[in-house]
Amino acid sequence: MRIKPQNIALNAFIFILAIIVAFPLFWMLSVSFMAAGEASTFPPPLLPKQTQTSAYHELFSSSGLWKYLFNSIFLAICATILSLTFNVTAGYAFAKLKFKGREAMFQTLLAAMVVPAQVGMMPLFLLLKTFGLVNTYAGALVPWIASVFGIFMVRQFAQSIPDEMLEAARMDGANEWQIFTKLIVPNLMPVMVTLGLFTFLGSWNDFMWPLIIMTDSNSYTLPVALAVLSREHVQDSEMMMAGAVITVLPVLILFIALQRFYMRGLLASSVKG
Amino acid sequence: MRNNNIGLWFVAPAFIAIVVFFFGPALAALIISFTDFDIYALADLKNLRFVGFKNYIELLQTPLFWKALSNTLFFVFVGGPLSMAASLGAAILLNSQAAKFKNLARTIFFAPVVTTLVATALVFKYLLHTKYGFLNFALSKFGIDPIDWLGDPKWAMPAIVLFVVWKSFGYNMVIFIAALQNVSSDLSDAAKIDGANAWQRFLNVTLPAIGPSILLVSIMTMTGFFQLFAEPYVMTQGGPAEQTVTVLYMMYEQGFKWWNLGNASAVAFVLFLFMLLMTIIQTKFASKQGVS
Repeated sequence: MRIKPQNIALNAFIFILAIIVAFPLFWMLSVSFMAAGEASTFPPPLLPKQTQTSAYHELFSSSGLWKYLFNSIFLAICATILSLTFNVTAGYAFAKLKFKGREAMFQTLLAAMVVPAQVGMMPLFLLLKTFGLVNTYAGALVPWIASVFGIFMVRQFAQSIPDEMLEAARMDGANEWQIFTKLIVPNLMPVMVTLGLFTFLGSWNDFMWPLIIMTDSNSYTLPVALAVLSREHVQDSEMMMAGAVITVLPVLILFIALQRFYMRGLLASSVKG
Repeated sequence: MRNNNIGLWFVAPAFIAIVVFFFGPALAALIISFTDFDIYALADLKNLRFVGFKNYIELLQTPLFWKALSNTLFFVFVGGPLSMAASLGAAILLNSQAAKFKNLARTIFFAPVVTTLVATALVFKYLLHTKYGFLNFALSKFGIDPIDWLGDPKWAMPAIVLFVVWKSFGYNMVIFIAALQNVSSDLSDAAKIDGANAWQRFLNVTLPAIGPSILLVSIMTMTGFFQLFAEPYVMTQGGPAEQTVTVLYMMYEQGFKWWNLGNASAVAFVLFLFMLLMTIIQTKFASKQGVS
């Protein structure tokens, strides 16, 4: 096979772009293993003179990072469970069950798509304050219970389940709840992985709502803690990069492991229009 | 399908949650925006009064609001198209048959999308450092003097645009790659035989074929870009000289720093109106162009 020069140029260009795009993440990792103050020298060093984990020790011992890590993990897991429970049942019913007001309810949800979530944040905060839910896990989880996006995603997937399958189960005397748990849920597994992944990443990366509702430093999530710490520790780039690594690495690994499901969800939600 | 109302029980929990925690608060925000809800009303609701359109009128007379609006519009109309152009460029590169290691390159280009915004914004804050930042170091190799990216009013918003393009272009890239894969090569081949060059083929064959995807992406991107908040919060705290105060940043400060919830709700609704207007204009424009 003959290799054309323009093909070499194209691949070289892609290669250089990939290095530029990956560079900030590589640099974050590299600086996190440097000695305190090492990154703030000129010329900026690419690699640590001597790889060390002092920035991580410092971070965990002085800033209560375990607490923030726990909050982030716990909230992301709860958000995922909530989102799966509420959205899968609703998405399935909108796709496969007939009931009074189905179209009206669905149109109402469609309308919700154009309203940005931030519009309701002030009254939502007041509502939760009335019930004493500020600085609680419950307060942080409220926006994750059900989402229009999740319902749509499940509905779209569930529409491909043949009606004959449901009818056959009904003939055999199964009730609707049994059909849902024994027949539908196993069939919806792929979309549940996708929705679960989106929810986990969404909750983990979320910033504005936890910033508003988690005002006490004991209830910070990792992103909120990182934003607050970075204002106190502007000079400690090594420590802040260690914090960034701990925040980014779990979601990056999760994404790479489940990439197939992520891309499928992204494309499904974009062709819906 | 069976016609009983059991489906209602399946839908009700999610529907009620969305009504109580989303529609209800959004409606309440509209009402609050016509009141003088502030820290005194927060302490005792007896201090709450209806003030009609006062919050909106005062907002339009506040210089900071116009500043925030123009900063936001700059971000939407400069950052948005730049981000989409980067997405389309990367998609075309990865869609070409000669490209090797496509999956690896796609994963690398996409990785910034899933990373935590606050963490990577922090990484960029250090990369953009005037003295020790890598960007200025790299630019110095080309004989360009150090730029105070986040401290110079002229450069702060472009620096945030740079970060957001890096962070977000992978998302739309994936949508564009899928769209490009659906473009039939027959038309392009026919145009090639007729003597059209690569640019002409792109303009007259590829671009119209992926028109609907471009419309969808531009609506999603533009409305998303209106919601700029965490980046200035982490990287510049709205400065320098309020050059990176956005509408949402203003809402956050009014609402949760000063507890002027009436004012903040008015800001939120102005933002909502702008986003809605944007979506309507783009849909109208697209239907005129024959894209639906």
